[in-house]
Amino acid sequence: MRHIISVRDLERREIDGLLDRAGEIEARRFDPDLLAGRILGLFFFEPSTRTRMSFESAMARLGGVSLSMGSVEASSVAKGETLADTIRVVSGYVDAIVLRHPREGAARLASEFASVPVINAGDGAGQHPSQTLLDLYTIRQSMPLDGLRVGLLGDLRYGRTTHSLAIALSLYKAEIAAIAPKGLELPSGIIHELAGRGTVVSEYTAVEEVIDDLDVLYVTRIQRERFPDVASYLDVASSYRITPDLVRCAQPHMIVLHPLPRMDEIDPGVDALPNAKYFEQAHHGVSVRMAMLSEVMG
Amino acid sequence: MTRRGPQGLLISPIRHGTVIDHITAGQALNVLRILGITGTTAEEVSVATNVASGRVGRKDIVKIENRELRKEEVDRIALLAPSATINIIREFEVIEKKGVEHPRELLGVVRCPNPGCITNTAEPARSRFIVVSNGLRCHYCDWLISKEIAEHIL
Ligand SMILES: Nc1ncnc2c1ncn2[C@@H]1O[C@H](COP(=O)(O)OP(=O)(O)O)[C@@H](O)[C@H]1O
Ligand SMILES: [Mg+2]
Ligand SMILES: [Zn+2]
Repeated sequence: MRHIISVRDLERREIDGLLDRAGEIEARRFDPDLLAGRILGLFFFEPSTRTRMSFESAMARLGGVSLSMGSVEASSVAKGETLADTIRVVSGYVDAIVLRHPREGAARLASEFASVPVINAGDGAGQHPSQTLLDLYTIRQSMPLDGLRVGLLGDLRYGRTTHSLAIALSLYKAEIAAIAPKGLELPSGIIHELAGRGTVVSEYTAVEEVIDDLDVLYVTRIQRERFPDVASYLDVASSYRITPDLVRCAQPHMIVLHPLPRMDEIDPGVDALPNAKYFEQAHHGVSVRMAMLSEVMG
Repeated sequence: MTRRGPQGLLISPIRHGTVIDHITAGQALNVLRILGITGTTAEEVSVATNVASGRVGRKDIVKIENRELRKEEVDRIALLAPSATINIIREFEVIEKKGVEHPRELLGVVRCPNPGCITNTAEPARSRFIVVSNGLRCHYCDWLISKEIAEHIL
């Protein structure tokens, strides 16, 4: 049975296959009844409007139906049922499970108890493979994925979106520029893992040092909670703000991505520049999730 | 043929069992923990620590009477004491001598240090770690244990 749990499980040809399929879907070359008569179960133990809606939309576009668990308070989870038991039971109701859960590793556990495919839609601070796939898809819309120089900017210590993206990019011989404030650097375990996968990471504290050398700049949020006081947060946040002037220093083909929602990391003046791809990135979410659903159920 | 008595023995010879030699100095007690041998289990165990040894400078030695360690048990030791040698003793003689190899994964041996990990809940998930080049990676949450592995033994 095919589950999609972590980018670490995916080989390059599998990712390429999913991205190719998403491309076909976006070009409207797909069977709109591919999943007719199928039921997708959405189990969101944590709120997430966008991810849930994009999976629902993806299922509907493939002719299938979605069922949602509803709120945690109203479910048997509130009575203390384990996730393992819930998954065993609902495996009989649906043809695939999309799971969002506050605990890291929940999706892996669910896949061990499910009798239908499980797609991880985010487990705590852990993996969120559909986000990584759509990041890769968006990059590939602008340039081939091989040998890119990709800048990851922001909270690289806790921001696991950047970790998953870097792991996936290592399959494409990327070079990574890790740009982070002091204390929020990419963890050494990830750097070591990337090295083991043949990917060199160079570290920077200021984006100006490296922006003219990048093909992709992936911007993420720096959360206020990580700082002892508002002043030190504002200090860091302002120096990590992407402005139109900064983007003009980059190579013309460099694209700017962001998993959204953004706060102040990207000046709205950047939105109008051809380099800004973050809204397109969000729009690709449905096609990429359609590719994932057809992969596990098609 | 005369039986050569074990030389330089600090502790009394055993008739049957296992001698774990060349343990990284200071790791003997952790080796016992990772093998699940505690004061409450039945084995007769002797331990020598910080013994001078040409090969590894100082080493620890553990002797376990009446128990021949299985391969998968022995391999757990590799994480703490990669240069350990395992000697199986029968009738006071070393009948088998082997090194330790890194296991591919550890089941039920270490607790995941990530408080958010699904294995640290009431879920029926047994701890499972994949051995990677720089440590152990949780099969569930991808957490990496890169140092002080012994501190996480269940
Ligand atoms: N009957 C025994 N009882 C306890 N320890 C033993 C016994 N026989 C050998 N040993 C110990 O097992 C280890 C391996 O023994 P041996 O193969 O003779 O030596 P070495 O590996 O040093 O060449 C040594 O630490 C030795 O002291
Ligand atoms: Mg010796
Ligand atoms: Zn874990």
